[in-house]
Amino acid sequence: MFQYFVRRVLWSLVLFLSVTLVTYVLFFLVPANPARQAAGQSASPDRVAEVEERLGLNDPVYIQYWGFLKRLVLDGSLGYSFVDRSSVNDEIFRAAPITASLVFGAMLLVLSIAIPIGVFSALRPRSLLDRAAMTYVLIGISLPSFWIALVLSYLIGYKLGWTPIAGYCEVISVPEASNCGGVIDWAYHMILPWLALAIVQAGVYVRFVRAEVMETMTQDYVRTARAKGAPERTVMKDHILRNALLPVVTILGMDIGLLLGGAIFIETVFGLNGLGATAIRSIGQFDLPTLQGVVIFGAIAIIVFTLIVDLLYAWIDPRIRLT
Amino acid sequence: MTALLDVRDLRTHFKTDDGVVKAVDGVDFQVESGQTVGIVGESGCGKSVTCLSIMGLNDTRNSTSTGEVLFDDENLLNIPQSRLRKLRGSEIAMIFQDPMTSLNPVHSIGRQLVETVLLHHDISKKEARARAVEALKEVGIPRAETRITDYPHQFSGGMRQRVMIAMAMINEPRLLIADEPTTALDVTTQAQILAVMQKLQADRGMAIVMITHDLGVVAETADDVVVMYAAKVVEHGSVDTIFKNPQHPYTWGLLGSLPRLHTDVERLTQIPGQPPSLLNPPQGCRFNPRCPYVMDVCKQREPELMPVTGEADHEQACFLDDEVKAREVARLKETVLAEASH
Repeated sequence: MFQYFVRRVLWSLVLFLSVTLVTYVLFFLVPANPARQAAGQSASPDRVAEVEERLGLNDPVYIQYWGFLKRLVLDGSLGYSFVDRSSVNDEIFRAAPITASLVFGAMLLVLSIAIPIGVFSALRPRSLLDRAAMTYVLIGISLPSFWIALVLSYLIGYKLGWTPIAGYCEVISVPEASNCGGVIDWAYHMILPWLALAIVQAGVYVRFVRAEVMETMTQDYVRTARAKGAPERTVMKDHILRNALLPVVTILGMDIGLLLGGAIFIETVFGLNGLGATAIRSIGQFDLPTLQGVVIFGAIAIIVFTLIVDLLYAWIDPRIRLT
Repeated sequence: MTALLDVRDLRTHFKTDDGVVKAVDGVDFQVESGQTVGIVGESGCGKSVTCLSIMGLNDTRNSTSTGEVLFDDENLLNIPQSRLRKLRGSEIAMIFQDPMTSLNPVHSIGRQLVETVLLHHDISKKEARARAVEALKEVGIPRAETRITDYPHQFSGGMRQRVMIAMAMINEPRLLIADEPTTALDVTTQAQILAVMQKLQADRGMAIVMITHDLGVVAETADDVVVMYAAKVVEHGSVDTIFKNPQHPYTWGLLGSLPRLHTDVERLTQIPGQPPSLLNPPQGCRFNPRCPYVMDVCKQREPELMPVTGEADHEQACFLDDEVKAREVARLKETVLAEASH
């Protein structure tokens, strides 16, 4: 177990280094001068050269990368934005809770939609409910998330006026100038983003839960449970779902990791200044340190959540031993 | 004495996209307390479905069972689900063919045994656990106190089947249905499992329905034998009459295909052809396309199960006259049945 953990952490480091390296290389392949962006369009060539010098852009890429790594390891610092010299750490810490609110809330919603619908569909295949669910799945999978987000924000937010259509409210550290704050305002503003993300994601999960439950229902041990005299509810809960949801855990963990790197479309539509929006902005401004910060955060999220899934898996499925 | 289990004209039909499969088509047999009835036949002859029908475990969405399954004079086919659930696992228990897949992989065997107890008894978890340990000891699982926390994948096939038996026996059922309990096990393990079952039966006087395609298992354990072919009973009698005076060509075929230790034969005889499709069984006697003694009448009429002249409790469904049968039995006696007397 300990050995496994050490090996996983070492492997994660390799993965982490590759991701940062790739981001660096890709960034410098783009034919644009970050110093010109930072100095402003009307800056004189001298001024641009000065900025270049200050940002360390004159050094070869590998020196810059080395500097970046050194700062990261020694100071735990992701560097400073090319644009306004603000700390990237601060920017990530500001944006991450917004994205995390979006992702965890939406995934909770996904599970509470997908598990019941998937189970009922599996119990009554080809019934009206099953057909309706499968139609929904098709729609959910086919429609782009930004379209659903726009439709929701137009209908529910604008036409009906039930919810705000944009913005984010802090839960804990509410800024003084802010006109909203606290759990209720936070949730109120997040309803539409959650719904939009959940509608798209839930389709896949409904299908997945349905297929897994149908498959598990035919297992011999389910028949054994019935032969013992277990009522249908116990059979479903203890014997079918417990086994059917094992693969769902895997997918869920990976999806959460992936989405934490930024749910770009949803954040953009609902004006949530999360990691996705930050990434888009930093690309437009050639702000390498900030972009690198988002990428690193995303990579860590994926690495951590895959690890959590693996540990969880070993705990819920006794057949798996981590060695 | 009325039988503990009395199956009368049981018919189980499955609706499929291709039509109705009559998997069990008029089966009768009785089991008395303390007795073992063996049901033999090839794969797909309806023996497993017969047992699942008794337990009410067929999928009700695509199957129907008619006839009567009287357990203690209660017709299991038309009692409410809740009543049937009370009987399952406490009065009637079942063990299955494949011990590798019949236990839930994510729960410890202790939890699965305790669940079985708690479903039928209002006792504490601790007491249920003590019973579980006791049950594991009874089926010969070493170090039962510690192994109870293990998961199914930590047991071998034979040990898992012992766990299945422990689980079936834990509420002291009056009837045990064993659906090919030894098929998936190697020969030495088979013998051990059968010995465990026989010991428990002797201790408790329960009845056993033993489904098998292995006549060796039948010879060793059964009091009565039901021979099934293509969803129907073709011969039924005590184990002695079936082995000493078999009356149906299908039974002869089964006996002829038994491997023999003490008699010199070049090859095992086999029954040519394959069991018929139950979607659309052959006209007349269902065995006629494969029967070496087939006559015209066999293709036109379906023989009924008739008592064998001169033998009580022996029935068969074949048109052949007694003379031919006597000759065939005499020939079998020189080969296969000589073995049985060893």
